[in-house]
Amino acid sequence: MASGNEEQKIESGSNVVPQTKPKKDWILLSLRVVTFFATVSATIVMSLNKQTKNFVVATIGTTPITVPLTAKFQHTPAFVYFVVANGIVSVHNLVMIAMDILGHKFHNRGLQLALIAVLDTMALALASSGDGAATAMAELGRNGNSHAKWNKICDNFEAYCNRGGGALIASFIGLILLLIVTVMSINKLLKLNRN
Amino acid sequence: MAKTSRICHILLRFLAFSATLSAVIVMVSSHERATFFNVSFEAKYTTSPALKYFVIANSVVTVYGFLVLFLPAESLLWRLVVAMDMVLTMLLISSLSAALAIAQVAKQGNNSAAWLPICGSVPKFCNHITGSLIASFIGVIIYMILLLHSIHSVLDPLLLKKT
Repeated sequence: MASGNEEQKIESGSNVVPQTKPKKDWILLSLRVVTFFATVSATIVMSLNKQTKNFVVATIGTTPITVPLTAKFQHTPAFVYFVVANGIVSVHNLVMIAMDILGHKFHNRGLQLALIAVLDTMALALASSGDGAATAMAELGRNGNSHAKWNKICDNFEAYCNRGGGALIASFIGLILLLIVTVMSINKLLKLNRN
Repeated sequence: MAKTSRICHILLRFLAFSATLSAVIVMVSSHERATFFNVSFEAKYTTSPALKYFVIANSVVTVYGFLVLFLPAESLLWRLVVAMDMVLTMLLISSLSAALAIAQVAKQGNNSAAWLPICGSVPKFCNHITGSLIASFIGVIIYMILLLHSIHSVLDPLLLKKT
């Protein structure tokens, strides 16, 4: 009986080894999902930004001649860059979310998280540059520049400007959230390195 | 080894400080007077809000870079330096891209919006702005390198522990 007890004790001792599974960070994951949605919506809204309007150019006799003018986002290189940059950042966010959900098979946690920090910093740089360029062009479109004789276009194309502004706001939200996510993932690296 | 790394770090920070300082100085000192069709206008950096934002952002980063040069090696403020590095690099990058967008319109115009390029009338002003943008671009690259290096040194416990 005593040997049976000992056998049982050894068995239970080997079964009770605790499995150190890393706790899933739900806050980081949900912030990344919100950032992904923000940048994707900025990309889509800006890439579908188009407005056509008829303008009276001249009048022959009594009939006015109208010319349809279109405002598209492709006319401005800064907006094209904005769409491209936000597209790349949303792809980056998608890859990060996928790695977060499916990436528990990697064993080299240090290298993986260092790579995440570096890639997050580069995505931050890309997103902030896209935002800066698009904001400058949107400000120019709304206010014009009297010194350079550049007329404002937002009084004629209201819907185009409003949609562009909406895309810009979504992109700024994505940028701030991306900054928070980058800081949090670097913090995670710090905590892991200390243990 | 830590000493050469620190010397390299200080040298990079000094380079970045001088790059952003020269960007500010060149942009502020750029003005040219041009007349066409009996209308004389002066091209200065204050005529465009994007260029004003560029000057403000670069001067903030210059002051910050100057202050960080004098931070002792084992101070606890290096964590704050990493955080401020990240935020100020983001600021610098966005200001550079805003100024680049305006400069591109000034150089090539925008046919669809009937915006004529003005670089033909004020070539010296445009060259000044180009030089300032190049200096700020060098500063941005150095700050990105410094940011990655700061993150690496914060994660590497050997560089922060008091030896």
